[in-house]
Amino acid sequence: MPREPIKLPQRVESLSVLAADGRIDADLEPALDPADLRRLYRTMLASRRLDERALALQRQGRLGTYGPSRGQEAASLGVAYALGKDDWLVPTFRETAGLLWRGWPMQTWLLYWGGFEAGNVPPAGVHDLPIAVPIASQCQYGMGVAWGCKLRGEGRVCATFCGDGGTSEGDFHEALNFAGVYNLPLVTVIQNNHWAISIPRSRQTASQTLAQKALAYGMDGVQVDGNDILAMIVATREAVEKARTGGGPTLIEAVTYRMSMHTTADDPKKYRTEDEVKAWEPRDPLLRFRAYLHKKGLLDESTAGALDAEIAAEIDQAVRQYEQYRQDPAEFLRHMYAELTPELQAQQAELQAYLERKHAPTPAPVP
Amino acid sequence: MAQLTMVKALNLALAEAMRENPNVLVLGQDVGQDEGVFRVTEGLLQEFGPNRCIDTPLAEAAIVGGGVGLAFTGFLPVCELQFDGFSFQAFHQVENHVRRFRNRTRGRYTCPLVIRMPYGGGIRAVEHHSEAPEATYAHLAGLKVVIPSGPRNARALLRAAIYDPDPVIFFEPKAVYRAFREEVPDEPETMPIGKGVVARPGKDVTLITYGAMLRVALDAAEELADDHNVDAEVLDLLSVSPLDGELINESVRRTGRAVVVHEAPRHCGVGAEIVARIVEGSLLYLEAPVKRVTGYDTIIPYFQNELTYLPDPARVVAAALETVRF
Repeated sequence: MPREPIKLPQRVESLSVLAADGRIDADLEPALDPADLRRLYRTMLASRRLDERALALQRQGRLGTYGPSRGQEAASLGVAYALGKDDWLVPTFRETAGLLWRGWPMQTWLLYWGGFEAGNVPPAGVHDLPIAVPIASQCQYGMGVAWGCKLRGEGRVCATFCGDGGTSEGDFHEALNFAGVYNLPLVTVIQNNHWAISIPRSRQTASQTLAQKALAYGMDGVQVDGNDILAMIVATREAVEKARTGGGPTLIEAVTYRMSMHTTADDPKKYRTEDEVKAWEPRDPLLRFRAYLHKKGLLDESTAGALDAEIAAEIDQAVRQYEQYRQDPAEFLRHMYAELTPELQAQQAELQAYLERKHAPTPAPVP
Repeated sequence: MAQLTMVKALNLALAEAMRENPNVLVLGQDVGQDEGVFRVTEGLLQEFGPNRCIDTPLAEAAIVGGGVGLAFTGFLPVCELQFDGFSFQAFHQVENHVRRFRNRTRGRYTCPLVIRMPYGGGIRAVEHHSEAPEATYAHLAGLKVVIPSGPRNARALLRAAIYDPDPVIFFEPKAVYRAFREEVPDEPETMPIGKGVVARPGKDVTLITYGAMLRVALDAAEELADDHNVDAEVLDLLSVSPLDGELINESVRRTGRAVVVHEAPRHCGVGAEIVARIVEGSLLYLEAPVKRVTGYDTIIPYFQNELTYLPDPARVVAAALETVRF
């Protein structure tokens, strides 16, 4: 009859490996292949530069509304690195770094933000899902993918991303709840970037952490320094390994910061202070990773300079491909069903006739 | 051949698809141990086990959204939502994802799932259990919306829906579930989605309907013949998306008169689309304005008064006579 605390079998931990000041926890430091470390750095840098270019293109009217990923590269990339090739990644729209690592071409990313559905089509051999715009609804089909993986019994795992704002949506809870009930091989990663457009993390939930929400669904939660790529790799590897071997789902809260605006359609000065943004600058995941590689002797000034030039050329090439991309204006009608309905066939003919008239040369004026 | 109710016929369609294709899964709340609130999934847990007939927690959006992910991994999920009125809890998944994936990935990812739900009024149910939301779904491009009217076509259409490469919303008229039995062939049978049938041939007026209203229209046609010497043709559309415009126009051109019957509200109902198709396709063949006999533009009344709301043969007869006497 006494009143006593309830002991839960699940844990909520926090994890950080590489501190912002460069100190490292040697016990936790993952033993990564130097070639992998260099490739990871290259991808993170490419993601940052692509993000900057996309923003510039938007400002020049050469790209649509754009949601920058500046500052969130480590969280995305660490997860992508820890997944196997046959695993699934279900991204949100700030997973630039992770998707580049998984083999999505830069021009595909530009095509999406440039207003072409072709930006949702992964290259052959990559079976990640395209980005999702409605908030947290992707958690549901990510859970479904993990469910399918479990039923197939092939040891594949699914990692789904959402944001701190997404944790307020019902879909987030329903998906985690199902994942717990069926013990699914699902790793849910919250990119806690502290801002859902203008609403701060403190107004999304009264929870002290987002990671602790895991407990309610009977799974472990871990709050990771999301700007520390090493910590993200360690946490995700553990979660993926657990999922792969039947240990069930994990919730990872990656604590990061949206260094830029929500999208190019808003001005963050309206709702947050410059001081707050400045305070996060020293914790920039790219600077931290670069310092770590310098210290390890894996990167020096000359290789860094060569990398910059290589990446700039790659982006130039991707921008050219994106800007040269041409789409049949009637294509959008073709993909509604495996086989077009009679009504759509009629609408297709109607559109085709209209397009032909529209593009027909103007007849000479009657004298 | 066996004499089956619609419930039994649907059960047969599920069981035979699950037997022949290991990718077919059934998931939903109470579909396993309880065998579905209307017993449509009777025996499936026992025969196929909990990995193929899956009892889920109570969350419509997760049943549908989970189904989307299962489809991405090669399964053919049949999601059961317990009632039409609860389908809106999953509506955002249907709108945002189910219907869009083929288009937005140019065919790379598709959602060949079936979302089944008991549909319509007439069984004296509590509120939120008698809605007819077909127009809401029919408006969403990328979906197919099927509404069978009897045991035999229910079985054939569910089979077609399960193997359809695109998502199908499958409305099962509750008022028909156990209303009558019909001969259902032992061999698997399928019907094309998007094609209606002539349920009763006639020459004076076309009654166009689907679902539980088919029997109302057929009863009205009998009365028209017996009491008024009017020979009504009755069309059973079976699918409201795609809509069989060809069948409708072919019939209306012969009869010159049409009455659309459905239990859903009139405003922006499927009837409005049917009338538009008739106007576009057969205006100069019409002898009278087209009539609509439908639910009213209200919320369906609680069951003490639901029969006032639902079209009955008398309303259909009156409307048909108006067009005949115009």
